[in-house]
Amino acid sequence: MSVPQAIGRDGFGPLQYLICLRGIAWREALRFVHQRERFISALVRPLVWLFIFAAGFRQILGVSIIPPYQTYVLYEVYVTPGLIAMIQLFNGMQSSLSMVYDREMGNMRMLLVSPFPRWYLLTSKLLASTVVSILQVYAYLFIAWLWGIEPPLWGYVSVLPALALSGMMLGSLGMLLSSAIRQLENFAGVMNFVIFPMFFASSALYPLWLVQQSSPVVYTICWLNPFTYAVELIRFALYIEIDRLSLAVVVVMTTVFTTGAIIAYDPARGLIARRGGGGG
Amino acid sequence: MKWAAFGLWLAVAPVTALAYTAYVTNERDNTISVVDLDQMKTVKTLPVGQRPRGITMTKDGSQILVCASDDDTIQIIDAATLRIVGDLPSGPDPETFALHVSGNPLYVSNEDDNMITVIDIPTRKVLAQVPTGVEPEGMAVSPDGQTIVNTSETTNMAHFLDYRTRKLAAAVLVDARPRVAVFKHDGSEVWVSSELGGTVSVIDPVKHVVTHKIAFQVQGLRAEAIQPVGIRFTADDSTAFVALGPANRIAVIDTDTYKVKKLLLVGQRVWQMAFTPDQKYLLTTNGLSNDISVIDVANLDVVKSIQVGRLPWGVVVSPK
Repeated sequence: MSVPQAIGRDGFGPLQYLICLRGIAWREALRFVHQRERFISALVRPLVWLFIFAAGFRQILGVSIIPPYQTYVLYEVYVTPGLIAMIQLFNGMQSSLSMVYDREMGNMRMLLVSPFPRWYLLTSKLLASTVVSILQVYAYLFIAWLWGIEPPLWGYVSVLPALALSGMMLGSLGMLLSSAIRQLENFAGVMNFVIFPMFFASSALYPLWLVQQSSPVVYTICWLNPFTYAVELIRFALYIEIDRLSLAVVVVMTTVFTTGAIIAYDPARGLIARRGGGGG
Repeated sequence: MKWAAFGLWLAVAPVTALAYTAYVTNERDNTISVVDLDQMKTVKTLPVGQRPRGITMTKDGSQILVCASDDDTIQIIDAATLRIVGDLPSGPDPETFALHVSGNPLYVSNEDDNMITVIDIPTRKVLAQVPTGVEPEGMAVSPDGQTIVNTSETTNMAHFLDYRTRKLAAAVLVDARPRVAVFKHDGSEVWVSSELGGTVSVIDPVKHVVTHKIAFQVQGLRAEAIQPVGIRFTADDSTAFVALGPANRIAVIDTDTYKVKKLLLVGQRVWQMAFTPDQKYLLTTNGLSNDISVIDVANLDVVKSIQVGRLPWGVVVSPK
């Protein structure tokens, strides 16, 4: 396995790299398009939160104005960036699920014997899954707009780089986790131990000042949760502002998770080697 | 950083041409907040008499008139120097008032006295005192200047006063605790909001009958929380804005169908409203959240909330 890597380092031009990226992205796109249920469920999940949960909690906000909002907002408006991050979180986990599936089914072997460097393959896969998540987010934003959630028009543009970053962060987290999951059935465990705590212990559903009032411990957990910063980065970007702390945290965490995933998938050092190969 | 600068530009650019100033009475602070609508922030706070509520400007925009309810007087503030330059003899507990369309006289409701006091502004003298219903409150002058309407909170009536004779010509029963009366600009209707009744009554000012009654519903709110107070019409009379008090909403009403077409979320216990002279923005005073909200009239959305003093009550806007 170390031989293809050596070749990768030696002799490919940018064109070959692009062809490889296209192949991976195309596979991800095909998978996305063919699994229509996945697209629908990716949309239904946040919409259920928006239409049912947020409707019930309408009155909890409107008490205080917090940046980036200029005035009082309905709960639906507050919760929207959180639900966007939720779409990306689920997408990241889904793509980690597909990596586990690929490994079990043997498809991953095909990817791993590719002569391109491992980091490049993983990053391509990450980029492809981020693009898919961004498509889901814009579909959600469109429905939210019909529901009366109207961020400034330029916000739809300025949120794009934030979505790319947060998508990368959550995707790389998923990838890192997938290296540790041996079987498909264990994915339910990831749901319980990663998705739910990350989502609930964050600023997605409630502003942090409100959390702080009710429980300082939970507040500290939320404050340490990288998901909070993904949510806030998206929230500010949607209103054409940059929250520098969130930006910094998301960039650093993306780097850490991606590096971690690359190391984990490295056949020489990674967890996979310890576990007996990526072939399934 | 570029985005932030761009965002700032977006936020500021549409209002740079405005340069209007708003004056807000802060009932609990005994002050007036001076709000620059260019910068969208409070730039000055003036101490005034006790419990300032009703506020308006003289027709030429040179003076601000403020009801200092607990000082039993109306204070005159020079708009240029922001100094108090005199008083009007309002009678006890003036709550609010209306200026005659010609700019003089001023009709004041004396809440504790069941009187309407008519004041000549240039001479600062009382021209007449007219007995009206119990706890007089809202005051409005018809666009032709011939009729003055006063609402009485306890009698639950809108009283019609004749300009020339200064006698009550009629009284129309409305729902509980009528707060505010406002004429449409074409004079065809006068709308009266009933705080406890939760309705707005549309009255024909010639026949003196209620022709329509507008009720409100806000998703997730009890009916008791909906207490209509301030009313404003756009210049073309096509749209009315009604402040719903503790419902924290402004109802936008189509005046042809009398239907609520949109509810706008503002601060807590929204009370009175004022348009900028170009009708681009509508300002609302939010009593319990100590701020005013700025509504973009064309887009019907709330663009900003600006901190003022405690318990803001009334607001008036003047060109700078």
